[in-house]
Amino acid sequence: MSAVTTPARQASGGVNVKIINRIVIYGLLALFALFYLMPLFVMLVTSFKTMDEIQNGNMLALPKAPTFDPWLKAWGETCVGLTCAGIKGYFWNSIKMVVPAVLISTMLGALNGYVLTKWRFRGATLVFGLMLFACFIPFQSVLLPMATILGSLGRFGVTLQNSVGTSFGLGNPTVNLVFVHVVYGIGFTTLFFRNYYEAFPTELVKAAQVDGASFFQIFRRIMLPNSMPIFVVTVIYQFTNIWNDFLFASAYAGTGDAMPMTVALNNVVNTSTGVVEYNVNMAAAMIAALPTLLVYVLAGRYFVRGLMAGAVKG
Amino acid sequence: MSTVATSQIKLTPERHRASVRSRLQDALPKIVLAPSFAITIVFVYGFILWTIYLSFTNSKTFPSYVITGSRAYQRLWGWTFDTDPPSSWYTSITNMGIFGFLYIFICLALGLFLAILLDQKIRGEGVLRPIYLYPMALSFIVTGVAWKWFLDPGLGLEQTLHQWGWTSFHFDWIKNKDFVIYTVVIAGVWQASGFIMAMFLAGLRGIDGEIMKAAQIDGATTFQLYRRIVIPLLRPIFLSAFIVLAHLAIKSYDLVVALTSGGPGGSAWLPSNFMYEYTFKRNEMAVGSASAVIMLMTIVAIIVPYLYSELREKPR
Repeated sequence: MSAVTTPARQASGGVNVKIINRIVIYGLLALFALFYLMPLFVMLVTSFKTMDEIQNGNMLALPKAPTFDPWLKAWGETCVGLTCAGIKGYFWNSIKMVVPAVLISTMLGALNGYVLTKWRFRGATLVFGLMLFACFIPFQSVLLPMATILGSLGRFGVTLQNSVGTSFGLGNPTVNLVFVHVVYGIGFTTLFFRNYYEAFPTELVKAAQVDGASFFQIFRRIMLPNSMPIFVVTVIYQFTNIWNDFLFASAYAGTGDAMPMTVALNNVVNTSTGVVEYNVNMAAAMIAALPTLLVYVLAGRYFVRGLMAGAVKG
Repeated sequence: MSTVATSQIKLTPERHRASVRSRLQDALPKIVLAPSFAITIVFVYGFILWTIYLSFTNSKTFPSYVITGSRAYQRLWGWTFDTDPPSSWYTSITNMGIFGFLYIFICLALGLFLAILLDQKIRGEGVLRPIYLYPMALSFIVTGVAWKWFLDPGLGLEQTLHQWGWTSFHFDWIKNKDFVIYTVVIAGVWQASGFIMAMFLAGLRGIDGEIMKAAQIDGATTFQLYRRIVIPLLRPIFLSAFIVLAHLAIKSYDLVVALTSGGPGGSAWLPSNFMYEYTFKRNEMAVGSASAVIMLMTIVAIIVPYLYSELREKPR
């Protein structure tokens, strides 16, 4: 602990100053806690209010007669664009997109990290550097070519559908998004595993090699069993990032039934027809937030570690 | 790299099977890495070149591959300085300047401040830290719903304070085209400052306690201690935090969409929003690409020197 406490300098005045110091510090910390909690609080409280209470009441007041109706309506009835079947379908869209994308990018990252640290070759750092830079690019600079490629793959998919009977997922917006998230996620996953395996004793790998273990045997028997912490970090990081993505989702699945949760929510909120049902909007937002919030509450420590790995080398 | 190995195998079919297998074993790590590397080369660097190419054509709704020179760039910058009222590109880059500067500066200052407060042997640190940090876990599309509401003069803060009796209170930045960008700053700082706090806190915890004790014995006040010793020791964290914030700032897109839907007349646009609107909504693909290239160049100028020094200085 490197905490600095004011040393008890003067015998008499020191105690008073110290108490005032503590009050000021705790007061400031509490004030900022309120600042950070406020939006979540407003969302949560509003999502349990009736429209009547919202229009006539105070934004920060607790609901007088809590109702679960806005949540049910958001889940099953609210309108996204012209279809009014709630956001449940879009919630599953996001799940269907996130799970494969996270699994594939994490596995690739683990293998890449393993190669880049334990099977180093000339130019390995350059390869890693090129992959790492990909984490930082503004995705606007690849958005358009990717749209073009996905478009032609979609047309090819239609041809296949007509001739062979199956499109092999080509042109399916969910498959497209999985692909996009894997492509632009491997930079991060490789970074995580590379930094983690860097600290893993190379002697163990060497010893196993001497004993005749193959490349994949070493990976499966030695690396994987010892990689649990970094797997948790990577999966959480990728999960939050992909679940929260809005740019790719709106560019490649911005309309139709395949749109992910974030795009659907944005549509719900920005629908300009009729009375704006704030309570339903807030409930929809809460539903969209729940998966990542749950992950954060359950494994916040790992989440922070993941964020840090993106900034500071491990 | 890996292709060399496979072609050699083909050339020597009469060789012993064992030798082929061992060659394959040797090349295996590269073969495993190759798909990821190829994907990166094609879908990142190839696509960047493609975007740069498009920015020199006259593509409108559909890509055109006839080079027409730097027209798109001339239009961007021509718009910037010659038109009255100012163009949306002018608005976007001015906003980027205001947003980028304030966002980075306030996040660093607030993050450091909170980290120092939390480092004073606080009871309940375990409760406070996650509260400061959770905004980073949520999509801004989600929290933007609440922020939009909170900042709306008819519904949120202004209304609440009026109800509490402070009727002269006026806060309508989100509806004001000159101030809307500052609401984006508030929301952006809210989202990222907790994370910067966590970075600084990790840095503070890594400082050797002996140095601090020595300084205290020498009679340094707490303020001097932080100013002269602790903050200089946190230099690497400042750099990392700056890099993170700078690239987040340039990438910010959903922040503006969720909070303001672009603001009155596009007055809250950042370059990322400009690019999206011009490419996908206004059918000005070449102009959109040119703006994407300018964004990328800004990132390159910040990130490449950083990555170069990070990857090079590591002794092996």
